[in-house]
Amino acid sequence: MSILVIAEHDNKALKNSTLHVFTAALKMKPDAKVSVLVAGKDAADAAKDAASVTGVTEVLYSDDKAYEHFLAENMAGLIAKLAPDFSHVLAPANSFGRNVLPRTAGLCRSAVVSDIIAIEAPDTFSRPIYAGNAVALVKCSDTIKFITVRTTAFDEAKKGGAAAPIKEVPAAGDAGLSHFVSSDMTVSKRPELTAAKTIVSGGRGLGSHDQFHNLIEPLADKLNAAIGASRAAVDSGYVSNDFQIGQTGKIVAPELYIAAGISGAIQHLAGMKDSKVIVAVNKDPDAPIFQQADYGLVGDAAVVLPELTKLI
Amino acid sequence: MKILVPVKRVIDYNVNIRVKPDNSAVETANVKMSMNPFDEIAVEEAVRLKEANIASEIIAVSIGPAGAVETLRTALAMGTQRAIHVPCEINLQSFIVADILSKIVEKEKPELVIMGKQGIDQEGAQAGAELAAMLGWSQGLFVSKLQVESGKITVSREIDGGLETLSLKPPSVITVDLRLNTPRFATLPNIMKAKKIAIETIETAALGVSLESSIETLKVFPPHTRKAGIMVKDVAELVDKLRNEAKVI
Repeated sequence: MSILVIAEHDNKALKNSTLHVFTAALKMKPDAKVSVLVAGKDAADAAKDAASVTGVTEVLYSDDKAYEHFLAENMAGLIAKLAPDFSHVLAPANSFGRNVLPRTAGLCRSAVVSDIIAIEAPDTFSRPIYAGNAVALVKCSDTIKFITVRTTAFDEAKKGGAAAPIKEVPAAGDAGLSHFVSSDMTVSKRPELTAAKTIVSGGRGLGSHDQFHNLIEPLADKLNAAIGASRAAVDSGYVSNDFQIGQTGKIVAPELYIAAGISGAIQHLAGMKDSKVIVAVNKDPDAPIFQQADYGLVGDAAVVLPELTKLI
Repeated sequence: MKILVPVKRVIDYNVNIRVKPDNSAVETANVKMSMNPFDEIAVEEAVRLKEANIASEIIAVSIGPAGAVETLRTALAMGTQRAIHVPCEINLQSFIVADILSKIVEKEKPELVIMGKQGIDQEGAQAGAELAAMLGWSQGLFVSKLQVESGKITVSREIDGGLETLSLKPPSVITVDLRLNTPRFATLPNIMKAKKIAIETIETAALGVSLESSIETLKVFPPHTRKAGIMVKDVAELVDKLRNEAKVI
């Protein structure tokens, strides 16, 4: 049994998501051979970073302009060539893995097991369905098992120890189907949402764009927290889409999740209910978020949050 | 330009999901069903392209039991010109759905497939990319902005750190995200008109696709529930609990 992990990186370093996927790979079978594919442009540092992860057998490094922006059409062409040597191909269940892996599986005429949260056996996995309101235990009989991994369900693998060998693999070329035009990435000094230990999250109950920022930011600063939002807050223009937590946004599981002015639609709960401690602040005592909260406080977020910021 | 829009009938997003006592599946008997919300956005986008005279014809296709016809009627009432029903009583895995759709594409020859980024039921988020791979087409997934010109498609995609803009060579498979548009409600006259349109039927046997699944569902069970929390009376008590009981600050 040998496992291929598709590394998510920025051509300089691995992203944390890959470390979570790595833990899932090691759980498949503790003594399995685990290879990591780093495909990018001038990404030797990212390959070195991958080689330092404890338990990596080898790093496969493919350097080509076609992989600079990780376009699915180009990445899938390369991965599909490598996949037949492996029993499992794993990627994170985020916007990177969900773009690249199903296309690869399509080329290999194989299914994908999406978003696994537990491994029962090397071919048997649990995955949430219906916004996490049910869990399915599924068995996959494909020769190559393509799997995306929910990162919050597996710990980060450690780095350090002896560096694994880095083997260069030839690029598979540019499919010529898509071109990168531009990206508009949110720049923030705060911790990354999916890796943060504390998250302060706001909903439409905060009332306006300005109120959202005036109430949430000081508390987030004090707690060194990431900022999150409900879909309603994003749709209302309080913050941009990459702050959204929920079924269609990011899945998070921090130590502390503070939800302010969020009513708690099931789609939002799907993204945060695995948080260790949940605090809910809402004017409406019947808001469904209180059903999930460890500590609930009925009150106006505009009054409660500044007071909380002061007392912490 | 012809556009194909696959639509799926799912349990309505407002329904509380219950697992069957025998743990075989989620309860669907006597439960309100609707078009997958992401597919509604896909239909809306296609209709807007028709209204802008970019699309010439929109074909909705749904794979599923008899009830899928209702979902197709909704698509027709929203503004698609034709509808194809592929009857199927079993819950198909995404790969087989993509395989069936690829055969419909070969038959109908659309230049664009627009579909929801995922079903809110099985949440696979795979069929779009698998279909694009099978057809050798470009793909734009999780799209929040779509611009179709002759010979070029430009998409903005919602990705983890923000937005990414790609230029795609048509034909393409587009999967849509929430913020692409707000779907219209079908008006009563349009619902009445849609009832008169004949829905075409294509049997899976006629498409030469194997329906044998490589992913078997062994069991469906409810998620573990959180233990009940407490209500605190004020901020001071909350801070005390977080500091001394939960020890998270």
